[in-house]
Amino acid sequence: MYEPSIIGFLCNWCSYRGADTAGMARMKYPPNVKIIRVPCSGRISPELVLRTFREGADGVMVLGCHIGDCHYSTGNHRTAKRMPVLKKLLEYTGIDPERLVINWVSAAEGEKFSIVIKDFTEKIRALPPFVETMK
Amino acid sequence: MNPEKKTQERVGVYICHCGSNIAGVVDVADVSAWAGKELAPNGVVVARDYKFMCSSLGQELIEKDIKELGLTRVVVASCSPHLHEPTFRNACARAGLNPYLFEMSNIREQDSWVTTDKVEATKKAKALVAAAVGRVVHQQPLNSLFVPIDPAVLVVGGGITGIQASLEIANSGHKVYLVEREPSIGGHMAQFDKTFPTLDCSACILTPKMFDAGNHKNITMLTWSEVEKVEGYIGNFTVTIRKRARFIDQSICTGCGVCWEKCPKKVVDNVFEAGLGYRKAVYTPFPQAVPKFPVIDHDNCTFFQKGTCKACQKFCPTGAINFDQQDEIITIKVGNIILATGFDLFDARKIPNYGYGRLANVFTSLEFERLSNAAGPTGGKVYLRDGVTQPKAVGIIHCVGSRDKNYHNYCSAICCMQSLKFAHLVKEKTGAEVYEFYIDMRTPAKTYDEFYQRIIHEGVNLIRGKVAEITNAAYSPEEEGKLVIQVEDTLIGKQRRIPVDMVVLSAGLEARHDAKKVAQKFGISCSADDWFIERHPKLDPVATMTDGVFVAGACQGPKDIPASVAQGAAAAARVLSIIGQGEIEIEAATAIVDELTCVGCTQCVSSCPYQAIEFNTEKGKAHVNEALCKGCGTCVGTCLPKSISLKHFTDEQIVSEMIGAMQVMKYFQTEEVA
Repeated sequence: MYEPSIIGFLCNWCSYRGADTAGMARMKYPPNVKIIRVPCSGRISPELVLRTFREGADGVMVLGCHIGDCHYSTGNHRTAKRMPVLKKLLEYTGIDPERLVINWVSAAEGEKFSIVIKDFTEKIRALPPFVETMK
Repeated sequence: MNPEKKTQERVGVYICHCGSNIAGVVDVADVSAWAGKELAPNGVVVARDYKFMCSSLGQELIEKDIKELGLTRVVVASCSPHLHEPTFRNACARAGLNPYLFEMSNIREQDSWVTTDKVEATKKAKALVAAAVGRVVHQQPLNSLFVPIDPAVLVVGGGITGIQASLEIANSGHKVYLVEREPSIGGHMAQFDKTFPTLDCSACILTPKMFDAGNHKNITMLTWSEVEKVEGYIGNFTVTIRKRARFIDQSICTGCGVCWEKCPKKVVDNVFEAGLGYRKAVYTPFPQAVPKFPVIDHDNCTFFQKGTCKACQKFCPTGAINFDQQDEIITIKVGNIILATGFDLFDARKIPNYGYGRLANVFTSLEFERLSNAAGPTGGKVYLRDGVTQPKAVGIIHCVGSRDKNYHNYCSAICCMQSLKFAHLVKEKTGAEVYEFYIDMRTPAKTYDEFYQRIIHEGVNLIRGKVAEITNAAYSPEEEGKLVIQVEDTLIGKQRRIPVDMVVLSAGLEARHDAKKVAQKFGISCSADDWFIERHPKLDPVATMTDGVFVAGACQGPKDIPASVAQGAAAAARVLSIIGQGEIEIEAATAIVDELTCVGCTQCVSSCPYQAIEFNTEKGKAHVNEALCKGCGTCVGTCLPKSISLKHFTDEQIVSEMIGAMQVMKYFQTEEVA
């Protein structure tokens, strides 16, 4: 069976800690997502997401702090504005925008984190491998 | 795995067993053997697995390899970097390797603990290790920046918290600027009569501290002033303060009081006397005010409004009245800032069924404090609104605006104790029957519950239930002319109507109406209820996410006097420990502009949450102030020509990390298909 490859860009202060919290509570979720730690979700430029798809990722996650909780006060405001525009661009270029997910996970939300990962993995698994759609 | 470019770096990879935490799920020996072989083209020269990498033996293993094998990069795959990144960075530094040439791979919290399938967990570990190796070869040595600390401190808010913080710092020999927007320091505590649970007089314990602060050689008092602008960063803040015109020449005023005696204009004092008393148009809020100099209330002064009067000027023995005085803007340099801006009282008018503002004899807690204060408008006599009648029955209502989803969800922390204190004072001063209406009685601090017991024994009627309504509509002859409190007594399960002469609403505390603006000014954040947010709710309660800015007292959340004083002193201690260091290390992972490619679009300038990016108009290029930059990288995500990069999180590093993980995932995918 096809196992999707997914890259998750997680902010250091909320979402990455949320992932650690899920680990500490031993919450099981699929191993498909490989996490890359960045200081803030605002660091993720559209080019990084596009580059990740170019390398053959079947899905990309950008997770940050909840609005109002950003460690850098307003860094995630940029994410909230930037990523929906990027989704439009993905659609325009023929990439299913569902392959990119933006969500907010706080350091305390281990359970939410595991659910977000599970749901996204299931969703991507239902889609054909990304490279095949690009042929 | 095939690297994009051949690397000259010599990478050491260390896989931790973490006892059985990792090794129980991930085949660590396999990961280490695989990394040594498959990642050799990516620069790996040695890969080992060890029981506990964080132990001193594990760390020595790394140090030894750095020295003997000439490692130039180190990867440890173990727990979360939030746990042991500093440990391994230090180990590298001890062996002479720049700590920023170390990378950590999280195969415990984000792999072995969350994956059931052992084969999958091992594959994931390999992908994560490959990602870290991919990244680490692109990492650059960084050096932390040190900036000197200006020992002067700004304290904003002259209530008990601000006074305590100022005195602690001033006593240690450092300069303090204490800014207060009212004419005198003292804050809410100066308005109170007695303080729970000891019932000592509030003024008696506060005024000596006010006097000390006012006369301290290290404290510069800036009352009737507000902070306009804050620039800079920890150690080097530049603060602009507006000193509003007092219309009094402070250098010659003696505070004799002739001016307010002679002033013909009486004004209702809505601030200090909570609307119960009067002051003059030239006034000090209360007799023990610090500083002693009065202010002229521009909006109520007959001279300013009508052009004639000047009675105060005629009678002032030293000629200190100066109607031409203007606001003064001053700039000060400080290294640290303590915010102690306190709270506002919940406006009880927002609950119409309690009748405050409509029913004369419904009072707020602050009004009651003034009524029972010997220096207050009634000389300490508890009278009804008519100013002559003593009440025979008094109802005291807890949780007004607190623990109520229509107003504030939180508990205001002080109301139970304050209401019990009121009950005692009413009984002592009038002998009236007292009814207390509470939801839950909360008296958790030292000797507080003993106070509660004492009030029970004094014969106060405690009724458990949230008051539905206060009305003057009488249903029976004994309710005629009374205020009737309609409540469900939840202990007996019955509706009750209790007629009283006076009602005191224990209004909750809320954040200052302008807390959000203040937070923005100082670069800190507010919670959903507008309280200032501390760095950590338990382990760092007075620091904020902005280095060099501290919060203390009720501006951080509802607090009583002992807790506020403790926080004031705690914030002072934190500031003193920073001053003691002389200089402070700031984040090395900061953004940097490549001036060759910067097109001067200024997108980054507006994206920066810290105003750390300046636009150099001469060059037409952006420039990052490293001391202000916190390294979030939002500017990098914004920059279109990719001229800004974030050290330690460059595009190259992130992309290599991603490619490392992708290659391994794809490798296993094709393996499965085959």
